[in-house]
Amino acid sequence: MSDAAPATAPVGAASILPEVPRLPSHLVDQLAFPHRGTYKQMVRACRDAGFEMCADVCAVDYLTHPGRSLPEGVAPERFEVVVNLLSLSTRQRVRIRVQVPGSDPVVDSIVDVYPGADAMEREVYDLMGIVFTGHPDMTRILMPEDWEGHPLRKDYGVGRVPVQFKEAPGPR
Amino acid sequence: MTEHERQEPELPEQVELTEERFAELEAEVAARHEAEERQLLAETSEGAQELAPRTSTSAGELRSEVGAVLRLPEGGYVDPSDIDVEERDDRTMIINMGPQHPSTHGVLRLMLELDGETVLRTKPVIGYLHTGMEKTGEELTYVQGSTNVTRMDYLSPLNNELVFSMATEALLGLELPPRAVWIRMLMSELSRVASHLMWMATNGMDLGSTSMMIYGFREREMVLSFFEKTAGLRMNTNFIRPGGVAADLPDGWEDDIDVLCETILARSYEYDELLTGQPIFRERTEAVGSISAEEALALSLTGPILRSTGVPWDLRRTMPYLAYDKVDFDVIVGTYGDNFDRYSVRLNEIRESIRIIRQVAEMMPPGDYRVQDRKVTPPPRARIDESMEALIHHFKIFTEGFRVPEGEVYVAIESPRGELGCYIVSDGTSKPYRMHIRAPSFVNLQSLPLLLRGGLVADAVAVISSVDPVMGEVDR
Amino acid sequence: MGIEDLQHNFLTGRLEDLVKWARRNSVWPATFGLACCAIEMMAVGAADYDISRLGMEVFRASPRQADLMVVAGRVSQKMAPVLRQVYDQMMEPKWVISMGVCASTGGMFNNYAIVQGVDQIVPVDVYAPGCPPSPETLLHAILTLHEKIRTGEITRRPGSAVKAGEQATGGWTPTVPDAVRVATPR
Repeated sequence: MSDAAPATAPVGAASILPEVPRLPSHLVDQLAFPHRGTYKQMVRACRDAGFEMCADVCAVDYLTHPGRSLPEGVAPERFEVVVNLLSLSTRQRVRIRVQVPGSDPVVDSIVDVYPGADAMEREVYDLMGIVFTGHPDMTRILMPEDWEGHPLRKDYGVGRVPVQFKEAPGPR
Repeated sequence: MTEHERQEPELPEQVELTEERFAELEAEVAARHEAEERQLLAETSEGAQELAPRTSTSAGELRSEVGAVLRLPEGGYVDPSDIDVEERDDRTMIINMGPQHPSTHGVLRLMLELDGETVLRTKPVIGYLHTGMEKTGEELTYVQGSTNVTRMDYLSPLNNELVFSMATEALLGLELPPRAVWIRMLMSELSRVASHLMWMATNGMDLGSTSMMIYGFREREMVLSFFEKTAGLRMNTNFIRPGGVAADLPDGWEDDIDVLCETILARSYEYDELLTGQPIFRERTEAVGSISAEEALALSLTGPILRSTGVPWDLRRTMPYLAYDKVDFDVIVGTYGDNFDRYSVRLNEIRESIRIIRQVAEMMPPGDYRVQDRKVTPPPRARIDESMEALIHHFKIFTEGFRVPEGEVYVAIESPRGELGCYIVSDGTSKPYRMHIRAPSFVNLQSLPLLLRGGLVADAVAVISSVDPVMGEVDR
Repeated sequence: MGIEDLQHNFLTGRLEDLVKWARRNSVWPATFGLACCAIEMMAVGAADYDISRLGMEVFRASPRQADLMVVAGRVSQKMAPVLRQVYDQMMEPKWVISMGVCASTGGMFNNYAIVQGVDQIVPVDVYAPGCPPSPETLLHAILTLHEKIRTGEITRRPGSAVKAGEQATGGWTPTVPDAVRVATPR
């Protein structure tokens, strides 16, 4: 990883350009799909390569959409942790997607690489139930302290209260 | 005449009210009240989310909570006596500020550890406005999506709609007509002006200047009445939709914009007289809540906070969207990263936005205000009576919604608070599979422990105000 | 034995009018702005839709000094106990205006996170619909409340209002306020 090279996703990760980029070319992100074990290394390498800011950490629960398109060599799992990094000097973004199994939703925390990921990882834990090891304060942030369940998971209902209207024909 | 026999009602056993009995009853009532209070307190306390007392916090956690943001290099060592971890617990007190508080800009709860008047540690507790908008977003179609998203950052609702629509259009592969793009730009900049005016009003109020509150709202009413004329609503307009905008600009809009720009620009110089040169304001805002550029980048701060530290990062200039590369404006940058810099960045951004609005009004192209793709844009209402196809399209779009091809995209724009991003994962149906909004205020709130450290409690109010959190987007 | 026990005659009837006049012309709201409706509430307090002409521009931060709680915005599950606590801290007589559809019924957010109507937590006097209600709607709601104070009973205990044909409810399930015509006969 030479410093002279412009910031790109580190070599060795399966990186593809997304198939539906209709954005102007400077808004198209590069994607990277590291394995869970090498995820933190890759994030560190990105930071060293010039991606100064972690724009966003979120997670997606692919329980009801398992057949999504992934490059070869990447085994789909139930959860995906998505990290968007931003390089201010080269005006580029990279999106890192890590597959996290539903049976063992644990992944490394990148808080010591990007301290700004602190609150974002807590939100992912709160709403999706993915635990980030090495996070200084892994507690719920949005839901009340004693809430049970992780609301954004696909097997957690919306919690819709049926509304009774007069002459109501049926749901919704 | 029968005498109606009065039945003696069953009275409970008469109890002698002796001294002891009275004391017992009193104690019972007091215990019941205490239990109720304790239960209510337990319901409102957030346990592990709150600030733990100094004695029960490990040195490592204390180090991070006192604001050490920049991590040590590998092999570095911090001498614990450098940080006053050893301070006795009874010298400091942990107080709770909020969530119902006049100055916390919504339902933000802060736990402050104070040593006298000085703030040591801070812990923001959020979630009091959590609405489950991301979950709701998965239940609504893309057409309905902007009604949901617009209520996140409720001070500049059009920006939320804009980023959601841009993400949807990126997945759809739509090319917008130029007029739609320029109308969007106009509304987005007006929204920025309204948001910054609102910020100036509340910031002035927090620092004690009630007249600034009235002036800010007076100007904001002008922008809101323009919104009402164009979009139908003052706030939460649901005007920017995937495919374009909901309606064309009304007749005479150029004159309205002209008056608006002139008035607001002239009055923004009045604010200079009221606040910028005023010694008390300067004393209260200069060197208060300073942050350096490295700390800001490490904490992922964006928007006026980042620009006040000297980093000229504005997505409208560096990664332009809509037609921002065709208008001429300056990116306002501060130097010291303190409250005063953030205030002047926002004040001057109002003026720059007025400049952009003027150029947009001059350069507004004619044409369609929505893309003409029948699968995305509902037909005009008059056509529904004439054409069967139009009726079917209308029906399909408003009941089922339009399908968006599979894929995922992250789009970011510059909202008045920073980088507002929208990450949509689509599975080919008419509802987003996952809709995540990267809210700038949520990330910017992480800077509070650092900014408040070592300051006074009165400065805490000013600093929170200058970070400009909007709890709707913090909690979503 | 208070003013509420007095029988109506020409002297105490007038006194009751006086008390009600005093109460409705200086209803001080407590700051309970939660979300977007709070911005419209602030706009009502600002110059264009001045509520200072109704004597209400002093938004008291302390619930002990406030008469009216305008629940402006969506109430989340985490906020509900706080809302109840603030309501309990207010002194009688107190009123509640539920501003906006989210406070009235949960609004467009029918999900796990939002309390479906603040009347599940506190008794509400006036509901102001809208998303957000424009300042004029909120002013109408406030005037409705003034009407209610003018024509209502001198002390309002939740659930103790017994009107003709209505049963006194045991708990504090609130009765829906009547629609108000400005010239309501006494």
